[in-house]
Amino acid sequence: MGAAGCTNSCAEPGCGAGTLDTIILQILNGLDKGSAYALIALGLTLIFGTLGVVNFAHGALFMIGAFCAVTVQRLLNLSFVQIDPTRKDFLGNPLKVQVPYVDSWFGHDVGAVLISWSVPLAILLAIPVMFAIGVAMERGLIKHFYKRSHAEQILVTFGLAIVLQEIVKYFFGANPIHTAAPGTFSGSIDFGALIGLAPNVIIYPYWRMVYFLFSVVILGGVFAFLQFTTFGMVVRAGMNDRETVGLLGINIDRRFTIMFGIAAMVAGMAGVMYAPILAPSFHMGMDFLVLSFVVVVVGGMGSLPGAVLAGFVLGILQSFASMNQVKTVIPGIDQVVIYLVAIIILLTRPRGLMGRAGVMEE
Amino acid sequence: MSKLILTRRGLLKAGVAGGAVLAAPMHFIRGAHAAEYLNQPMGSTVKFGFNVPQTGPYAAEGKDELLAQQLAVEHLNGEGDGGMINTFSSKHLKGNGVLGKKVEFVSGDTQTKSDAARASARSMIEKDGVVMINGGSSSGVAIAVQGLCQEAGIIFMAGLTHSNDTTGKDKKANGFRHFFDAYMSGAALGPVLAKAYGKDRRFYMLTSDYTWGWTQAASMEKFLKAEGWQLVKDVRTPVGAGDFSSYITPVAGSGADVLILNHYGGDMINSLSQSVQFGLRDKMANGKNFEIVVPLYSELMAEGAGDNIKGVYGSMNWNWQLDNPATKAFVKSFGEKYGHPPSNSAQTCYAQVLLYADACERAGTFNPCGVVAALEDNTGSLDGINSPANKGFLFEGLGNGKTLYRSADHQCFKDVLVMKGKEKPTSKYDNLEIVQTTSVGKVWYEPDNDMFSGGDLGKCNSGA
Repeated sequence: MGAAGCTNSCAEPGCGAGTLDTIILQILNGLDKGSAYALIALGLTLIFGTLGVVNFAHGALFMIGAFCAVTVQRLLNLSFVQIDPTRKDFLGNPLKVQVPYVDSWFGHDVGAVLISWSVPLAILLAIPVMFAIGVAMERGLIKHFYKRSHAEQILVTFGLAIVLQEIVKYFFGANPIHTAAPGTFSGSIDFGALIGLAPNVIIYPYWRMVYFLFSVVILGGVFAFLQFTTFGMVVRAGMNDRETVGLLGINIDRRFTIMFGIAAMVAGMAGVMYAPILAPSFHMGMDFLVLSFVVVVVGGMGSLPGAVLAGFVLGILQSFASMNQVKTVIPGIDQVVIYLVAIIILLTRPRGLMGRAGVMEE
Repeated sequence: MSKLILTRRGLLKAGVAGGAVLAAPMHFIRGAHAAEYLNQPMGSTVKFGFNVPQTGPYAAEGKDELLAQQLAVEHLNGEGDGGMINTFSSKHLKGNGVLGKKVEFVSGDTQTKSDAARASARSMIEKDGVVMINGGSSSGVAIAVQGLCQEAGIIFMAGLTHSNDTTGKDKKANGFRHFFDAYMSGAALGPVLAKAYGKDRRFYMLTSDYTWGWTQAASMEKFLKAEGWQLVKDVRTPVGAGDFSSYITPVAGSGADVLILNHYGGDMINSLSQSVQFGLRDKMANGKNFEIVVPLYSELMAEGAGDNIKGVYGSMNWNWQLDNPATKAFVKSFGEKYGHPPSNSAQTCYAQVLLYADACERAGTFNPCGVVAALEDNTGSLDGINSPANKGFLFEGLGNGKTLYRSADHQCFKDVLVMKGKEKPTSKYDNLEIVQTTSVGKVWYEPDNDMFSGGDLGKCNSGA
């Protein structure tokens, strides 16, 4: 039923979009959230699988990634001041017009395009920065905690997350910072009309589509890297039996450090691309961390495909739980559905959806 | 075995010592009784407590409030250019502090959470000895802190709080609100929206799930239905939800042609931006352009939401573009000190600090009961409103024109601004335009109005 067919009965829950429309909508909605969960959970699992550390600072890495986008946006918008005597500012003085340097270097047209594309450009910054942060984190702090209990590892990484948050807050303030997607992707696509349903009902922003495709590429890339390269083969072997790989004369620690860097990079890129969807704020990492951790547990500790599967499943479930039809029946379900599912899965499949035996069971 | 030997001299010494020990607590208790009310300032200074959100979804508002409060303290102490003290109709403030005492202040972080706000208010009252608490953004916080101040015996000069309940069912004798409320927003917006978008409209609401959101939604529903609009659905969303997409997507197919976003601060920035991303503003529904309305605006939110607010209607308590001498004086001293025009939460906190200081001067004491009596005043009334409740403290020259602090519920009554996101902003501060100033008579309500009834102002508490 389209908008036109909806007349007087719309006070009823469930009126408006038809059931099929609603289902497609919420699946689409779940995809972008699920993509972010999957990318973060993948990194968490990689770190847990290789180094055996539960990294609670991983959400903070996602947040730092998002702030890479903010930083690039700010850098591209760095301006010098030009006085425009023909206009007045709010105090009645001549208006100071901010002219971005990129405008004066490359001309206004190229400058505007560069500024508009600041989010994708930020990936170029995020890759080296996040890799370096990841390696520094592992070498500087986390390696000293390999022999400690999981509880202590959680405490130290959680503490690190708080420190990172406060640093970001100090420089960028507490308010979310609106970060626009490139103009080309700013609109939305009428997905319903595309697949032959009523127009104007299933509308989906281009950028969320881009985000989903981007995450599929990254996920594919990480899996291919682990599956088809010698480096990946060694890492996988190390994940199964670190000691034996070490006995074969392979410096597995160094490879694991690099994997930590890669996991940080994945979280960072996930954050960069998420900035136009959710205005970055210093605490966005914590919101995602808790959910991603549930995703890892549901997917099965140490299982990469499990993390990805659970990420998408929980993202979509969360979207369905936010539907009016569901919320009328069980109020507040949108807030707790992920935890409910986690409880049910852990009761029925204690190792998670795709968990292996022997992980965290020693 | 030692012998106990009593001599006359020894007995006297012991008696004096014992008496001193016994008397000591009495001395302290008497010292406490010397204060006539809680935190009575004894030295040459008096301390105000500024409790504002420095973290959380409303943190940007809190930062601006604190800047305004610092400016107000400077002006009270005779530093700077005096700002709105020069334009304020009550002429009791002389720039020599308050009642001859230099004003100092402490600040706390409400974190936009009721429990954190109460904890920081309690600490300011008990540890820092403040006589008054001002500030805050979020009605949940304001109501919690107002209750605490009433129990403790401190005056609460509310900051940005827009829920009907703050001076409705949760009103307190020690609490005063300068900001307008959800009912007034609805009353001002209803006719403007009907004029702009027509009488035959179907609206969908997304509402922040706490006291402000609830009363804001109820007020919009009342006044839009009065214009002939139909409510499709009112959906509650958690505060700080971040991603609102699952709440926004059902709107497109719901049969509604207007979306009302009862969100504020960071939430509003996210929900409005995402609504625009989901193409709602480019959409046609029921043969009309789909429209979005944000009932409660602020400059800081407008700045955060960027281009997305263009053409979007909302309401405000005050705006720096108003053309009156008080506004010009305030914008000048705030703008020259901080480099940006003040927000409406900044103006409300600045006005509240001045109103409190002025009431102390008129009462001749910091005693909360004296201050309450001075702010209730009862000698003033607004022109053209025929109601027994139309009495209280009447003033002008704080930016909003003639304003009545109504004694019946401690709510300010003044004109309300209907705003619209500017299509062609000339600078980043020039993002909203004043569409209409709705006169106070059109937003007036009686204290026993349905949306405000229940609750009792009670008696002032001086904490003695």
